[in-house]
Amino acid sequence: MKAGWEVVIGLEIHCQLATRSKIFSGASTAYGATPNVQACLVDLGYPGVLPVLNGEAVRMACLFGLAVNATIATRSVFARKNYFYPDLPKGYQISQYELPIVANGEMMIRGEDGTEKRIGITRAHLEEDAGKSIHEGLGQYTGVDLNRAGTPLLEIVSEPDMRSAAQAVTYLRKIHSIVRYLGISDGNMQEGSFRCDANVSVRPAGQKALGTRTELKNLNSFRFIDKAINFEIARQIGLIEDGGQVVQETRLYDAERDETRPMRSKEEANDYRYFPDPDLLPVEIAPAYVQKLRESLPELPDAKKTRLQSQYGLRPEDAEILIGSRELADYFESLAGTTAAPAPLAANWVIGELSAALNRDNLDIGHGKIGAAELAGLLNRISDRSISGKIAKEVFEAMWAGEGSADQIIRKKGLIQITDSAAIEAIVRAVMDAHPTQIADYRSGKDKLFGFFVGQVMKQSGGRANPEQVNEILKKRLSDAR
Amino acid sequence: MVGQSTNLHGLTLTAMARGIASGDITSADLTAQLLRRVSTLGSELNAFISVTEDTAMAAAALADKARGSARRGKLHGLPIVHKDLFCTRGVRTTCGSRMLENFVSPYDATVVERLARAGAITLGKTNMDEFAMGSSNETSYFGPVRNPWNPALSPGGSSGGSAAAVAARIVPAATGTDTGGSIRQPAALTGTVGIKPTYGRVSRYGMVAFASSLDQAGVITRTAEDAALLLGIMAGFDSRDSTSVDHPVPDYVAGLAAPLSGLSIGIVRQHFDAGLDPECAARVREALSVLKSEGAVLTEVDLPHLDLSVPTYYVVAPAECSSNLSRFDGVRFGYRASDPRDLMDLYCRSRGEGFGAEVKRRIMTGTYVLSAGYFDAYYLQAQKVRQLISEDFRKAFAKVDIIAGPTAPTPAFALGAKTDDPITMYLNDIYTIGANLAGLPGISVPCGFAGRLPVGLQLVGAHFAEERLLACAHQYQQLTDWHERKPESCA
Repeated sequence: MKAGWEVVIGLEIHCQLATRSKIFSGASTAYGATPNVQACLVDLGYPGVLPVLNGEAVRMACLFGLAVNATIATRSVFARKNYFYPDLPKGYQISQYELPIVANGEMMIRGEDGTEKRIGITRAHLEEDAGKSIHEGLGQYTGVDLNRAGTPLLEIVSEPDMRSAAQAVTYLRKIHSIVRYLGISDGNMQEGSFRCDANVSVRPAGQKALGTRTELKNLNSFRFIDKAINFEIARQIGLIEDGGQVVQETRLYDAERDETRPMRSKEEANDYRYFPDPDLLPVEIAPAYVQKLRESLPELPDAKKTRLQSQYGLRPEDAEILIGSRELADYFESLAGTTAAPAPLAANWVIGELSAALNRDNLDIGHGKIGAAELAGLLNRISDRSISGKIAKEVFEAMWAGEGSADQIIRKKGLIQITDSAAIEAIVRAVMDAHPTQIADYRSGKDKLFGFFVGQVMKQSGGRANPEQVNEILKKRLSDAR
Repeated sequence: MVGQSTNLHGLTLTAMARGIASGDITSADLTAQLLRRVSTLGSELNAFISVTEDTAMAAAALADKARGSARRGKLHGLPIVHKDLFCTRGVRTTCGSRMLENFVSPYDATVVERLARAGAITLGKTNMDEFAMGSSNETSYFGPVRNPWNPALSPGGSSGGSAAAVAARIVPAATGTDTGGSIRQPAALTGTVGIKPTYGRVSRYGMVAFASSLDQAGVITRTAEDAALLLGIMAGFDSRDSTSVDHPVPDYVAGLAAPLSGLSIGIVRQHFDAGLDPECAARVREALSVLKSEGAVLTEVDLPHLDLSVPTYYVVAPAECSSNLSRFDGVRFGYRASDPRDLMDLYCRSRGEGFGAEVKRRIMTGTYVLSAGYFDAYYLQAQKVRQLISEDFRKAFAKVDIIAGPTAPTPAFALGAKTDDPITMYLNDIYTIGANLAGLPGISVPCGFAGRLPVGLQLVGAHFAEERLLACAHQYQQLTDWHERKPESCA
């Protein structure tokens, strides 16, 4: 970032809640159905129908509030946001305006300099999603798919507390991780279950007053958010330095061109004419309900990280990776609890081989081809020195390919480690006999040739000789010879 | 055997029920007789938008077959009609608007469903002010309804078709809705009984919304006894309406026997101000002395903010309607302008051509009062005054059981007399609007005539005091015969 400038960023996150039915109707929320088959009369805004609040959406909003140390409102109110659009069946969106269900939360993130930084969460409120317009394949017409209409959303609004794109991404990742830990959202950004708008402004360093902000939309991956914000920062600074002014507007991020562009401007400013929805009673939440939810909160990422470090002796950077998702951490803990191998070794395997294989096949941890118990079987063979780490990788690949358990594969392929000293001695002797020249060179002081002999012995043993024993025996025999 | 030869239309719903139960009359005969009146008198009065003759006759035949069945409902084989803003599957629901001229709802309103389940047979859907916005039935796209007492006059509104149909002895009972007096005022102007229950007493599911915080379904009948019978079936919690209240429904019919003696009745000073027609005032005072002579105790009470109820209503109701009617955009159902140039043209022309003048006036008023910069001065202020009005009633009901007074300031007025002056029209609801703003139950009972035109006595009760209102109205009807007088044209 350019010296002499300070960046101010606030995020609005739209998080789709993982309820089975919609926020005000009984229709399903499943993704990807044929257009308009998952829209009931309430979602279609038919004359005479009325909304009925889904209690599960309330529970999920409260869980989020508790996870970010927020206040859960004892009384919150649904309001109508009025505007006309074809994908908005009633001509208004039911949202919360003056009295949101969650307010005054916070989130600690690690800044670029490694220090903890507090990001305020102004509010989180419940609302219904709109449908979507479809333009492809309809010629001059626009189609409307109302399957998504009425899907519950939690809109999470931060304070303008972030000072760089990196901080914004860190904060967003943390919120993403928390909603998934809580099981209140699948967080799927491609399907639009987790979307983000960013309010960005710049000001000369030291200035108190905020600069004019722009709102960036269409940020549907962590990478794009980082790029869009950085583009926008540079654009705003450039504009001001050239004597221009930032215009308050909504801008869309174009990932292909890596730039932000103003959205087609509406003829006039929108006046949403919010007022309390008379079809819905205020949501009243009893302290006992909140207390019960508090007791049901799962372990959250920060706490889990601390525990993984102390309980398993993991390095902070490894623990950080493992808490990336609740499922990954659960896998690790299940593995560490089953295997005889030390926990840090288990962590290495989860972060290394397993993650690489999952990535390669584009699978998530729940759909990997090697379960924790099976991987434990493999690690057990490493720790009892039946196989070396190198052979273990070969076994892992065979397991991944579905060739059987670690023990079956080791037996079938004859991969068991050679730990019989006499057998290793024999191989060493054979190697030495076969390489008199190298022995002479080694004797004359070419110590580096030791590695050559190790390699030859390992090769002769098909990689199965225990490397430590090989080292030990080779050293002894070579020095005898010298 | 009363049956074939007798004119059954003069019977009350309760008497018809008795006749069907005893086998003295058949549903088919009754339904056929009433359908004949629908096509003659109903057409003359323009009281109906849709008539469901075939399904009604089929249902009546089925009802007669099942007469001995143990599962017979309380309304077995009894013909009724619905105001045309209750959604009915298979029959269009127009709301008196061009916007919904051809709209057929895919589902039944809870009210329709409950009455049908009790055995009622629907003969048709009644005419009404467009989207229930009006006090004279003149805003209907299908033309005004005529008052059976004088066809040159309005029957009141917005449930004018329901009131006229009951007054003309076409049907014994009709559903209605009341947002600012739309059941009680037409009942008063046609000499019928009309009850608007407590807000939340009857489900609003399937009632096309006008002003959601004020709308409430009720019935128009000739007797309080019939109203009690119907309300007992319609009332009760409905999980599909979050504002419906889970409160036990008493046996209203059994409660009718409660005596007047000892009943504490509040008389509101402001009700008898200059705006009230002197003859109406005289009839109301006479009715009060009848109640007093039977042992009711009359006390004066004060509703200091009563004069603010009309202006308050005309902020709150349009605000809610401007939002409720946004769904009529020509996209999914209802009227759609032909060959729209673009989206904006589709919206503007579909709504411009689909809605009538009064609906547009209220949408514009409502949009204005909710707009940035005006919200506080209008909408918020109106909500505060609404609180004051509710508080006035709360204080009054700490002192009295019932508040009694006029339902409307004048008897029926000529069609066309007030159409050019919305404010005068709006003032017709001055006595009824308070109950809507406070969510209270109210009933209008015929209490005599001003000249040749009926006058209504309004009784308003505390929340969920329907039983008491019905009993008071019923006892009054035992002492008077106003409800038995019928318009000459409707013998």
